[in-house]
Amino acid sequence: MSDIVEKTLTALPGLFLQNQPGGGPAAAKASFSSRLGGLVRGITALTSKHEEEKLIQQELSSLKATVSAPTTTLKMMKECMVRLIYCEMLGYDASFGYIHAIKLAQQGNLLEKRVGYLAVSLFLHENHELLLLLVNTVVKDLQSTNLVEVCMALTVVSQIFPREMIPAVLPLIEDKLQHSKEIVRRKAVLALYKFHLIAPNQVQHIHIKFRRALCDRDVGVMAASLHIYLRMIKENSSGYKDLTGSFVTILKQVVGGKLPVDFNYHSVPAPWLQIQLLRILGLLGKDDQRTSELMYDVLDESLRRAELNHNVTYAILFECVHTIYSIYPKSELLEKAAKCIGKFVLSPRINLKYLGLKALTYVIQQDPTLALQHQMTIIECLDHPDPIIKRETLELLYRITNAQNITVIVQKMLEYLHQSKEEYVIVNLVGKIAELAEKYAPDNAWFIQTMNAVFSVGGDVMHPDIPNNFLRLLAEGFDDETEDQQLRLYAVQSYLTLLDVENVFYPQRFLQVMSWVLGEYSYLLDKETPEEVITKLYKLLMNDSISSETKAWLIAAVTKLTPQAHSSHIVKRLIQEFTVSLDTCMRQHAFELKHLHENVELMKNLLPVDKSCEDMVVDASLSFLDGFVAEGLSQGAAPYKPHHQRQEEKLSQEKVLNFEPYGLSFSSPGFTGRQSPAGISLGSDISGNSAETGLKETNSLKLEGIKKLWGKEGYLPKKESKTGDESETPPIPQESTIMENVDQALTKKDQSQVVTQSKEEKEKQLLASSLFVGLGSDNTISLLGKADTVSHKFRKKSKVKETKSGEMTSVHNMTCSSFSSLSNVAYEGDYYLNTLQDRGDKELKKFSLNSELLDSESLTELPLVEKLSNCSLSTPSLFDDNNMEIFHPPQSTAASVAKEICLASSLLEETTEYIHSNLTEVCNNETISVSSYKIWKDDCLLMVWSVTNKSGLELKSANLEIFPAENFKITEQPGCCLPVVEAESTKTFQYSVQMEKPFTEENLSGFLNYHMMDTHSVQLEFSINLSLLDFIRPLKISTEDFGKLWLSFANDVKQNIKMSESQADLPSALKTLQQKLRLHVIDIIGNEGLLACQLLPSIPGLLHCRVHADVLALWFRSSCSTLPDYLLYQCQKVMEGS
Amino acid sequence: MQFMLLFSRQGKLRLQKWYVPLSDKEKKKITRELVQTVLARKPKMCSFLEWRDLKIVYKRYASLYFCCAIEDQDNELITLEIIHRYVELLDKYFGSVCELDIIFNFEKAYFILDEFLLGGEVQETSKKNVLKAIEQADLLQEKTENMFHSKSFIGSKKAY
Repeated sequence: MSDIVEKTLTALPGLFLQNQPGGGPAAAKASFSSRLGGLVRGITALTSKHEEEKLIQQELSSLKATVSAPTTTLKMMKECMVRLIYCEMLGYDASFGYIHAIKLAQQGNLLEKRVGYLAVSLFLHENHELLLLLVNTVVKDLQSTNLVEVCMALTVVSQIFPREMIPAVLPLIEDKLQHSKEIVRRKAVLALYKFHLIAPNQVQHIHIKFRRALCDRDVGVMAASLHIYLRMIKENSSGYKDLTGSFVTILKQVVGGKLPVDFNYHSVPAPWLQIQLLRILGLLGKDDQRTSELMYDVLDESLRRAELNHNVTYAILFECVHTIYSIYPKSELLEKAAKCIGKFVLSPRINLKYLGLKALTYVIQQDPTLALQHQMTIIECLDHPDPIIKRETLELLYRITNAQNITVIVQKMLEYLHQSKEEYVIVNLVGKIAELAEKYAPDNAWFIQTMNAVFSVGGDVMHPDIPNNFLRLLAEGFDDETEDQQLRLYAVQSYLTLLDVENVFYPQRFLQVMSWVLGEYSYLLDKETPEEVITKLYKLLMNDSISSETKAWLIAAVTKLTPQAHSSHIVKRLIQEFTVSLDTCMRQHAFELKHLHENVELMKNLLPVDKSCEDMVVDASLSFLDGFVAEGLSQGAAPYKPHHQRQEEKLSQEKVLNFEPYGLSFSSPGFTGRQSPAGISLGSDISGNSAETGLKETNSLKLEGIKKLWGKEGYLPKKESKTGDESETPPIPQESTIMENVDQALTKKDQSQVVTQSKEEKEKQLLASSLFVGLGSDNTISLLGKADTVSHKFRKKSKVKETKSGEMTSVHNMTCSSFSSLSNVAYEGDYYLNTLQDRGDKELKKFSLNSELLDSESLTELPLVEKLSNCSLSTPSLFDDNNMEIFHPPQSTAASVAKEICLASSLLEETTEYIHSNLTEVCNNETISVSSYKIWKDDCLLMVWSVTNKSGLELKSANLEIFPAENFKITEQPGCCLPVVEAESTKTFQYSVQMEKPFTEENLSGFLNYHMMDTHSVQLEFSINLSLLDFIRPLKISTEDFGKLWLSFANDVKQNIKMSESQADLPSALKTLQQKLRLHVIDIIGNEGLLACQLLPSIPGLLHCRVHADVLALWFRSSCSTLPDYLLYQCQKVMEGS
Repeated sequence: MQFMLLFSRQGKLRLQKWYVPLSDKEKKKITRELVQTVLARKPKMCSFLEWRDLKIVYKRYASLYFCCAIEDQDNELITLEIIHRYVELLDKYFGSVCELDIIFNFEKAYFILDEFLLGGEVQETSKKNVLKAIEQADLLQEKTENMFHSKSFIGSKKAY
């Protein structure tokens, strides 16, 4: 670059002299007289906002006229652009000029182009549609021979570029990586960085070029490439471990001052580079001892070298400390880093103090003693006038909260909360307080009061999980029933007191919580009667400031309380009032209440006291609507289809003509809810039962008022039971483990820290002792005790889930198959699976027998494989008669073989019980022949190699070994081989193969070696091909379980495939899939089929397929990502191949 | 870095550079809120702010506030130095820079910024290299301007 400058300079000596002291001032003077200057001065002279607006609008309209006038030269246009940028900066819309900015970049000479590009980069964002018009200009400029044009184009590309047009410029930019000028190379690297950010897939192939940039001789280019590396390593640190050495070397050189002095900043060598490298090293060394060891030296040196008392040195130190604490720990370095943090915390400079607190926050988990060391500083920071410092301190305290210091810490947090007005802060802090309160609440009163504060401050901005969790906690309770009741009673009492306060407005969410709790637990009150509570709720209902959502909650609460109340005039008044409400929802609720109120017995049954945690039987299939639906369908209404199905059909209909007559699709009324796998998740075996209740209720209820609105009676009981459901919030996983971990870390640490006494700050001392209690060693025991109860709360929660799943399991055991219970457990987690595997295996066998006995149809459900029919019974034509005799044993009936071969009994049990493949010869020589077959056992693949001695001689020390394979776990079945193979006999070797990692195709190879008559050893190698299909087994689950599983899986593959004519209907297609892929057909509903399989050991795979003309729409889901793809491939093969 | 704002003590925006795609409405809202928050802070307070989910790093130079938004894991102190380096560059270019220089030559300030920071990342840390790149573009600019003048001059001569 410098030589170009020189050339220009020699060409223009006069200019050079003129501008040498600084091109700036001269230019500044020039534009003072410009129209921009006029505008700026005009604006600064004005006093009111209104005048400014007027002036700018004037300016904008004159600009609008100028830019669109054909006579405007590019030079004037450049002027206009600058003024437009200025107007936009002041907040006025100048979008009419955007297109002219693009034009200017396209048509202008260098200086106009420069302004044009600048205007584009300031006006547009990367998703702006006009940006597409810039692509051509960029491409042209990238090819320019003028260095400045190339640089301008690269600059704009690095800032904004439309993602979909990357391919148009990518090759040009790749070329620029080899450009002779470092400035071009550097900008090209940054452009690629930008591409990596917005479309990482498109630059994947040039990763090798990034490596070259990293080794560039120019420091600037190398530094630019670090941005890309930092990003990529953040995404996948394991892929770049090999570069650790290079980064360490570069950092060493930088720290050692080997870079040109140009890169020094206040005599610190290349601080930006150092920080970037430190961050990269931190990511690389995380949880990796070997990589971390490479960097210990250089980190030590960085710490040592950064001694200057300047901001930039502290920046490096801070990053260094961060890296040291991120990587695999080394005590020596940690000690130094801790000292460093001390320097930050104790610094009088507020910025450093802030960073010290920040560092403590992330270090505290590894080293809680540091917090103790600095406790007095932390206390001071709590009362710091700067709210940012306060907040960071609270963040730190949040991390060291335990059961003993919770009250003090939460109090401090609430104090901060009351002062804060920013929504983001409130949401954040409220969430933390709620989390801590749930975990460490010392007693009921404190818990309820704290939550009251949370609800009144957090109000309607807080995360909805907070009230949900709170209500669930109340409802589910802990282990101690009396304790639970006290907590609930306290909550009810505190809410009643709160509601007594006049003229206080509570947030809607808080009122909703109150109304639910009052509705559920008012029965616990001794003094106050339900009537009094209803009166209070009624007062709220009449309040105008309450949203209709909250009113629905309130009415629900009143409804719950009504059966407990003795007199009901308020309820009647309420009904009167709201049955004429203009809000249809309120009117609906009022009518529900009205009709329930007429039948108190029913109401008591429907709304039992304190049963919020028990499931209500809900007829989710809406079977009581079947009559209505049938009626509708008979009158020509279209059957209901779920949203996604409608969309799917719309898509498929766009491609294929529908040859089905329209009438056909009405053929199955009553299955309205069952057309999709999602719909199936709702129970059908309970539907009969609840259909009865539904009927009963419709008989007893007359709903004239609602009929007009909703047209269907069945809605009311469903709605009522739903209110019960709503209160039962869905289980949300709690992030409690982190805090518990902290506790453990704290208790583990041996602390013999003596708090230094200082007399003048007794108060602070007191605060400190209450804050840092539980961090010292003498508190360990009580801390542990407390921690136990803490985890109790959460264990309780999960217990509810467990018992539920337990019930489910038992139900399935009774009703259908033990297989489904197994799969059900598998869904709960592999942990359970392992323990249940053995039991499941036994049950499996039983089950398969049972099913044969019980049901002739289940025979077809047995894992049939195509080859089965012609394999075990008839002799394969491959073998000639001679061989056949030899191979006779493993194929013939049980009795004869049992006598011949020692292990036959076990083998045969399995071969008869399970299906197996053909016997195929894998290798042979003149004396010996090895053949093998697969037995697809339910829990594994059993490989059997049978070694036949064709010669008349005895073979000694015959040994068969299988090479270990990456994806399999191979175990030799016991007692399967004898070292001696007698003449003309057959021995078998059995290996069970378990899959460890999903794969598609893999070879299993091994060798056989034997001695013949003590002469020489012979070795025979063989290999056999295994596919994933060998590990797929049918999964027998019920339709409901299918629905549940379906919703729980994330890996999803969809594909439409064309079927060959022979199987262009659903039953035959399903049959093919069942036979060839061993999928289990669960259900056929209309033109849809549900199938399931499992990949051994326990990965379920689900398939939903639908036939549409000759197109089969396949939809796979599984918990494993490879399975759907593989299944799809196999399906395509069998469906299209045959 | 997500964005950089320069504003005066009166709250007037002097320069804005956004490195993340945002709508104009959002930009205006952020600018307004941020200017308010920063101006409300007292001089002895910390240069860092937690604002929404971002970190704001700001520094005042004479009557101008320089304000950068970074992500949580970024280094606050080095961001302060980025601001300082930018001020140094402006100072060197304009020769003891003042707010007026930036008001009247904001496009130049943008050009310098683009040579220093690109796409939100530090592009070139060597002061010499940045200024060299700017000078080079300026010189070519002067050259074309000069040619343009001489052409019109020749043109007018010919007309005579």
